[in-house]
Amino acid sequence: MNLEENFQQKVDDEIKIEPKDWMPEKYRQTLIRQISQHAHSEIVGMLPEGNWITRAPSLRRKAILIAKVQDEAGHGLYLYSAAETLGISRDEMYDQLHTGKAKYSSIFNYPTLTWADIGAIGWLVDGAAILNQIPLCRTSFGPYARAMVRVCKEESFHQRQGFELLLTLSQGTEAQKKMCQDAINRWWWPSLMMFGPNDDASPHTAQSMKWKIKRFTNDELRQKFIDMIAEQVKVLNMTLPDDELKWNEERKHYDFGKINWEEFWQVVGGNGPCNKQRLDARKNAWADGEWVREAATAYAEKKLAKQTTNAA
Amino acid sequence: MITIRKFYYGDYGESKLDSSSDNETSSSPSGVGGEWPLWEVFIRSKQGLDHKHAGSLHAADATMAIENARDVYTRRMEGISIWVVESKHIHASNPDDADALYDPANDKAYRHPTFYNLPDAVKHM
Repeated sequence: MNLEENFQQKVDDEIKIEPKDWMPEKYRQTLIRQISQHAHSEIVGMLPEGNWITRAPSLRRKAILIAKVQDEAGHGLYLYSAAETLGISRDEMYDQLHTGKAKYSSIFNYPTLTWADIGAIGWLVDGAAILNQIPLCRTSFGPYARAMVRVCKEESFHQRQGFELLLTLSQGTEAQKKMCQDAINRWWWPSLMMFGPNDDASPHTAQSMKWKIKRFTNDELRQKFIDMIAEQVKVLNMTLPDDELKWNEERKHYDFGKINWEEFWQVVGGNGPCNKQRLDARKNAWADGEWVREAATAYAEKKLAKQTTNAA
Repeated sequence: MITIRKFYYGDYGESKLDSSSDNETSSSPSGVGGEWPLWEVFIRSKQGLDHKHAGSLHAADATMAIENARDVYTRRMEGISIWVVESKHIHASNPDDADALYDPANDKAYRHPTFYNLPDAVKHM
């Protein structure tokens, strides 16, 4: 058996691949890109929600939102660490984000216009993320799978707090109900796009299914999400903005309308409502933090030098 | 450089900038080795248990590594004690040596109690 066959055998036998094991170069590159882009999504994802921390309507909601945004930072870190085991440095990954070489989930290029958006993000965006992430807990690369186990454990509170927030609004005044419906209307379609292009536009899915990086196709997960949300929205007494959404008894799934892929590719390509704003925020944070990073290094060196002198 | 175009969650393939990216990355200020060192984090989840590897992070020194580990790995009472060690100090066995290292243990079933057949009459053993 050659190295590649041996590798595939391990994957087929559900033996996890660890960083020092031999792996095909393409497997490594695929994972580096997927994991780093996932990490970038967690970090950029803090921005739309951070926008509402100072304006949360109560101390309870504010504490929850801070905890959630802090979780996202943690998720980013778990994932960056997993990617680093594949031989890319943290700074290289930041650089890819800042120069636009690496992407992040396009959902975060939409603005958070009202407080209800925080609920819609938790319910729909985190809900979609969870469906993507649960199968990733069993992905073939050990460090990625372990990171995802942590992420999934923490993520379920994110979705529940979002639903609870919307539920509260949905039982409130007319204005609050309207705000709730409006947020659902704006976030529904972008959430469906989070699962990525249709399977027939995703030619390499087969390879990553074979490598067990991926366990379900984009369309399978999207359908699962729609079936789930179409039921949950009834509890909110709200509707989803899709006239074609209808239970199909034969398929045992909901049918749904056409997704605007033109919009999706526009946003991916940098022309979404907030692309520039999001990237600028990251670049500025990195540039403005430079003196802090340097100062901490200088302090650590000074302390070390002192220790060495004292010991001598 | 391999160009792969495929789509996963949070992954939309490489951008069109890619062809010129070689020049861009070389002129970028980052990646010049100014990174804070990498640390491995070990957490004791409760008194009486071992410290277990939890993950890794970057920090300028040990104090900062412990503070960051607290924020990152114990937000939900996952730990009551933290060890950090700079990753460069970890020495690991090579997976290629796995056969030589662990195979000799495979054929020594007599190291396990179940290897021995005793009559049922023998109690408490």
